[in-house]
Amino acid sequence: MWTWFHKLASPPHVYRIAGRLTPWFGWSAFLLIVAALYGGLVLAPRDYQQGDAYRIIYVHAPSAWMSLFIYVTMAVAAATGLIWRIKLAHAVAASAAPVGASFTFAALATGALWGQPMWGTWWVWDARLTSELILLFLYLGYMALRASIDDVQRADRASALLAIVGVVNVPIIHYSVVWWNTLHQAPTVTKMGAPSISLTMLIPLLMMIVGFNLYFFAVLLTRVRGEILRRERNAGWIRDLVRA
Amino acid sequence: MSAVVDAVLRPTTALRAGWLLFERDLRLALRRWEHVADPLVFFLMVTTLFPLALSPELSRLRDVAPGVLWVAALLSSLLAADTLLKSDAQDGTLEQYLLSGQPLTLLLLAKTAAHWILTGLPLVLVSPLVAVALGAPAESLDTIMLGLTIGTLTLSLLGAIGAALTIGLRRGSLLLSLLVMPLAMPLLIFGARSSELAIGGHDAAGPLYLLASLLVLAVTLAPLTAAAAVRISID
Repeated sequence: MWTWFHKLASPPHVYRIAGRLTPWFGWSAFLLIVAALYGGLVLAPRDYQQGDAYRIIYVHAPSAWMSLFIYVTMAVAAATGLIWRIKLAHAVAASAAPVGASFTFAALATGALWGQPMWGTWWVWDARLTSELILLFLYLGYMALRASIDDVQRADRASALLAIVGVVNVPIIHYSVVWWNTLHQAPTVTKMGAPSISLTMLIPLLMMIVGFNLYFFAVLLTRVRGEILRRERNAGWIRDLVRA
Repeated sequence: MSAVVDAVLRPTTALRAGWLLFERDLRLALRRWEHVADPLVFFLMVTTLFPLALSPELSRLRDVAPGVLWVAALLSSLLAADTLLKSDAQDGTLEQYLLSGQPLTLLLLAKTAAHWILTGLPLVLVSPLVAVALGAPAESLDTIMLGLTIGTLTLSLLGAIGAALTIGLRRGSLLLSLLVMPLAMPLLIFGARSSELAIGGHDAAGPLYLLASLLVLAVTLAPLTAAAAVRISID
């Protein structure tokens, strides 16, 4: 019954199904993002305080969400690889890291672009911005450690340990706006009670988040395929694939 | 020294093995005590740079004193962290720890304790002088020392994780600094805040408690993590 699950540890199997799934994730991401952008840029009303400039939230908030989600994914994959010694899990963690770092950078950059006209400052050292910046450093440190160890197995396991140590930062980022009352606004969606944002603005935002997630899966699967090719390049099944 | 290594390898209790390793590290380091002074001199020089670069006025230095003290302590600890495992890794003693059958976690805790006495404790002892030189009032000195004690202990423990992950890598010490700095940022925030409150004459209990909680977290989890990292780096 669990054969489908156990097969996920096999590189040729994952290479095949990743190839088949990527177009589904990619196209559904594209359609959802286009629909969400239409909802967010055209249908949603102007904000009574910020006018039209608030609409950057449709890129800023999903990027920030993805930066946290991908780090947790990376840490879980790394832990899976360490505990059960599954090479593919390490490949997933390695593939996810640059994508996560890019989303973190995008969250910080769109936040700065939003901050300057709205709150009068490109940057402020409040709890959420600072801990998001620390997240970027954690991603970069992970990638730097991987790059500086030549032996693949040692690189996998050392960076897995680092990823797990860094996952402590993720709840700090999420709860920072609850614990400290500084410039970045408090949670409007992931809190107790009804969300304090109107539905016409909220629905495109949720659609964008799901769209970004689907996009991430498409990119991740493509990168994992590349990672598999690099790691298993001497394996027979790849040579057969190339010859065919 | 081989008698000590033998004692670590012979069937003996884990606590005794840890204590022997602690003594050994201290004795070895104090034979070359001029190197022990390196992190301390670095700390003194970095804190001297700020009055030279910013302003010699004590009233202005007082505002930046907490930050300067804590950043200098952080940089000093990062620089010293590499020395925790380097010599043992180079001459093969680290493999002997792994083979000895003693719990590696405890051995690393003992080594980190000795390392703190050699690199962190001198900073704490000299910090009142530096703080006064940066304009801090006399009443704030004991809080500053307490905060730095807790902070440098935590930094030594975090440095052990970094050192274990980067054993034998080229440019390992630079990579170590990059890896440990994001982990040390919350510590820096709370530590500098505690010194800032003390210098302003307020009660610094809040940040001090948070610093202490970080230390408890580090003491319990860092030796375990460092032991896992040593195993990954060595075999």
